[in-house]
Amino acid sequence: MARLLDIENLTVSFPTPRGRAEVVKGISFTLGRERLGIVGESGSGKSMTGRSILKLIRPPGRVTADRMTFDGIDLTTQSERDMRDIRGARISMVMQDPKFSLNPVMTVGEQIAEALVTHKKLPRREIDERVIAMLEAVRIDDPARVAGLYPHEVSGGMGQRVMIAMMLIPEPDLLIADEPTSALDVSVQAQVLDIIDDLVRDKGMGLILISHDLNLVSRYCDRILVMNAGTIVEECAAGQLENATHPYTRGLLAAMPTIDEAREELPVLDRTLWAGT
Amino acid sequence: MSFEPQTEPVGAAGASATLGRRRVLRGLGGIAGFIVTIALTFLGLLAITFFIGRVIPIDPVLSVVGDRATAAVYEAARVAMGLDQPLPVQFANYVADVLSGDLGRSVSTGRPVIQDLSRFFPATLEMATIGILIGVALGVPMGVTAASRQGSWTDQVIRVVGLLGYSVPAFWLGLVGLAVFYARLRWVGGPGRLDIFYDGLVPPVTGLILVDSLIAGDIDIFWNAVTHLVLPASVLGFFSLAYIARMTRSFMLDQLSQEYVTTARVKGVPERLVIWRHAFNPIRVPLITVIGLSYAGLLEGSVMIETVFSWPGIGNYLTTALLNADMNAVLGATLVIGAVFIFINKISDVLYRVLDPRAR
Repeated sequence: MARLLDIENLTVSFPTPRGRAEVVKGISFTLGRERLGIVGESGSGKSMTGRSILKLIRPPGRVTADRMTFDGIDLTTQSERDMRDIRGARISMVMQDPKFSLNPVMTVGEQIAEALVTHKKLPRREIDERVIAMLEAVRIDDPARVAGLYPHEVSGGMGQRVMIAMMLIPEPDLLIADEPTSALDVSVQAQVLDIIDDLVRDKGMGLILISHDLNLVSRYCDRILVMNAGTIVEECAAGQLENATHPYTRGLLAAMPTIDEAREELPVLDRTLWAGT
Repeated sequence: MSFEPQTEPVGAAGASATLGRRRVLRGLGGIAGFIVTIALTFLGLLAITFFIGRVIPIDPVLSVVGDRATAAVYEAARVAMGLDQPLPVQFANYVADVLSGDLGRSVSTGRPVIQDLSRFFPATLEMATIGILIGVALGVPMGVTAASRQGSWTDQVIRVVGLLGYSVPAFWLGLVGLAVFYARLRWVGGPGRLDIFYDGLVPPVTGLILVDSLIAGDIDIFWNAVTHLVLPASVLGFFSLAYIARMTRSFMLDQLSQEYVTTARVKGVPERLVIWRHAFNPIRVPLITVIGLSYAGLLEGSVMIETVFSWPGIGNYLTTALLNADMNAVLGATLVIGAVFIFINKISDVLYRVLDPRAR
């Protein structure tokens, strides 16, 4: 499998009054045109990992890596200007909550079109056609009408499909989905993930699905990284999750209720088991 | 971009005529409602000025007849002024007078108040308008620049300029400005609205000398007025700039941490557009409030600036009237200032609806 992303010893740190705090502590992983899930609790560094691939960590945050290449491009040496050509066009990211991640004073259509025209000069007519086609691809009925709506006029699930349309319209090679369904009702979560899954498979893209939901990640990904406190504690194929060995992963799995639950009380993570992190 | 908001679903041809009529009706209803709210607010304003006129410890009769008038003369004047009537009747008379343009006669100038105001208010309007234009034209870009380079030396300089705008006394800045740019450098005109030999040459139409001189086709007077206006307007502009830049900066800092700004960066949008299209556009609404209030504040007239620059503005007029217990003039000027606030607030409301789809 050709490597799309190759990351070695990635560190993200922020200054605090007591010196720099590392939120990602030297992680390494590779990604082909596959679906990789990153799971972990809040503050485990999974979102920071996603954002550092796009070099979106703004000063005073600092990102260092021994190697960070994307499709043969060394991301560590790319200037801000070079990164703008990569962002959106080659690597894109679906953000968490459409209530906050869509611009409130631009119509949905304008925002999707912007993602396209930023990277390609196209005639007006073709842009409109592609925006409509993209909205259809994310299963929005009456796309011409929806394109003229403002974000406050669409529901959460629809907003997230708009987000996906916006991020996929320039046809990137890698999509990072950072908790794409955490802000949505359970009933529309699967719908949104199915759309991402279909489009990613169709176009043969790479996907990094960042989530705190073990079930969800094992269902939609080929491979899983489990992060805790800025490090990768476990890496396995999605089907092999129940064979995980690290006490953190085991603890998480043990805490998951099943449909025919017999336990009175779910176990709590015992963090002394992997002391030091 | 072509994805315009659609307020109505696309219907059949027959239905669209009905919809069109309904939209016109809704528009008319909106305008009617707008006029009613303005009228009610104005009535409230009248009630307040009327009330002020009754509670301040100035006897309007005494200020007309003088304190050596006999009781009979005093009483006759009181009846003539309608002050023997019950309060509701007095208020109704007051409203009727104001609506017919009669604000009474000023004791100190001897002219009808409405005539005084039409001379003094345009002077303030002219200075305040140029002042706010300077404040907005410089303050907004400064605030945006400071926020987008937070912590840099550019930001520091802009913040220091803003701080000066807060802490430097207006009269001092005006005097130093006159000493440097008028007395020494001779770049600008001195106090007053025009040089003395131009005074009274253009027929007053709007009372704004810049406009009147252009109507009269007299470019010399126009430029002379500009040289007189530029310094006081700049001093006023500097103070509103300080406030506007400071508010813009804090609004922008809040915006730049919003998720949709990150979204724009994820899309690869150039930073200039990230800042102006994605961060600045949403803050236009709160900025309008800031600018509107700032402008209304300038239209109240700055007594300090008007005194330093011998500017015949409403601030000076109102202060003189207060010191002379000239009730009609005080109430008239208060009414004008109140009306200015109502007017500016209404304009802001309209602009909100234009600029923010959520407010429609």
